[in-house]
Amino acid sequence: MPEKSAEALADEFARRRTPDIDPPGRPAGTLYRGHEGMWSWVLHRVTGVAIFFFLLVHVLDTALVRVSPEAYNAVIGTYQTPIMGLGEVALVAAIVFHALNGLRIILVDFWAGGTRHHKLMFWTVIVLWALLMLGFTPRHLMNVFSH
Amino acid sequence: MADHVAEAPVPTIESFTVTLIIRRFDPEVDEEPRWVDYDVEMYATDRILDALHKIKWEVDGSLTFRRSCAHGICGSDAMRINGRNRLACKTLIKDLDISQPIYVEAIKGLPLEKDLVVDMEPFFESYRQIQPFLQASSKPEKERIQSVAERERFDDTTKCILCAACTSSCPVFWTDGQYFGPAAIVNAHRFIFDSRDEAANVRLDILNDKEGVWRCRTTFNCTEACPRGIQVTQAIAEVKQAMIRGKV
Ligand code: HEM
Ligand code: SF4
Ligand code: FES
Repeated sequence: MPEKSAEALADEFARRRTPDIDPPGRPAGTLYRGHEGMWSWVLHRVTGVAIFFFLLVHVLDTALVRVSPEAYNAVIGTYQTPIMGLGEVALVAAIVFHALNGLRIILVDFWAGGTRHHKLMFWTVIVLWALLMLGFTPRHLMNVFSH
Repeated sequence: MADHVAEAPVPTIESFTVTLIIRRFDPEVDEEPRWVDYDVEMYATDRILDALHKIKWEVDGSLTFRRSCAHGICGSDAMRINGRNRLACKTLIKDLDISQPIYVEAIKGLPLEKDLVVDMEPFFESYRQIQPFLQASSKPEKERIQSVAERERFDDTTKCILCAACTSSCPVFWTDGQYFGPAAIVNAHRFIFDSRDEAANVRLDILNDKEGVWRCRTTFNCTEACPRGIQVTQAIAEVKQAMIRGKV
């Protein structure tokens, strides 16, 4: 076989390299496609962290009462605006999901049938959550918007 | 001859053009992995492993992946197929939607070495740490007797082939490579609940670590990924419960 120059070899390698295509927008890899278990955990963490930040702010604004009752009243007064009213719906939605799903996680860990029925329990959590929110949201919004 | 039998036409088996989009990475050339697509002619009964072979043998010999047995026993070829961890040798073309391209990439959470090959060392290090061997002080004349019920207790977790599909499907493991991971816990379970073994408490101690079983967030990705059908999350829950009770 005739010897090939280094440049010729490099050239050949470059041609042999398969061309790139448009990556599917995810150089880091595709999103893992988990099922109920994975998404319930994502929601649980997102709601848990959201509730944590709310509580943090809430402890601070409540502590304002020690600064002065006027400051406290001014800040707490903003909770009565419609925007805050909608925020409260989101907060209650997060807490209700987190609490119900938290009970589900406890059952998965400690009830013998837990791992077998985790999907059914997840959908039960979703249905209970929807029922509770259907009961709460209209009453709450009526309160918020009638003031 | 009168009784000459007309040759029956050989039925042709239908084949399909399947597009595979493979996440490739050559550490000597690429700074980042890149997606490359290949069209291959496949039969419904072919597997993803056959498609990879076809590409490697006929299109681009540099495509790199591990496989050995090609029959779901050695655990070499776990990879992410359409976003889920599967063995390439057990994933049939007919079970995938081939009207869409099929995405194939390396398993997640372990260092990427080349194309579909990752460094399995951290995975095996966790496995070694849980002492995956029988520990018994007695020296019986013949075999160690075990009842059917006692054997049944850990039957499920004896099936593991150490493919890492479970560990590399775990969101906790992706972000915390120190976590022992489901496979190590499955293999600890296999000895913890073996009536012949005497080191259950040693293993429970090891897994009571902050990087042990309590990291498990029960996402069930491991159970859904396991090519051996092991109830991985169930096994982890049993280890958690044994830890709380302080006995097996
Ligand atoms: C209403 C009653 C509550 C129940 C029944 C509950 C239940 C639980 C359970 C069982 C877990 C463990 C999750 C797991 O193992 O994957 C958990 C995690 C968590 N909770 Fe709660 N919780 C409640 C309230 C709260 C509150 C008020 C906050 C915020 C301050 C909160 C924030 C969190 C966070 C950040 C996590 C971590 C999520 C994770 O690691 O994925 N939870 N909760
Ligand atoms: S438990 Fe299943 S998924 Fe995990 S390493 Fe063993 S065989 Fe593979
Ligand atoms: S090649 Fe051995 S398990 Fe797939």
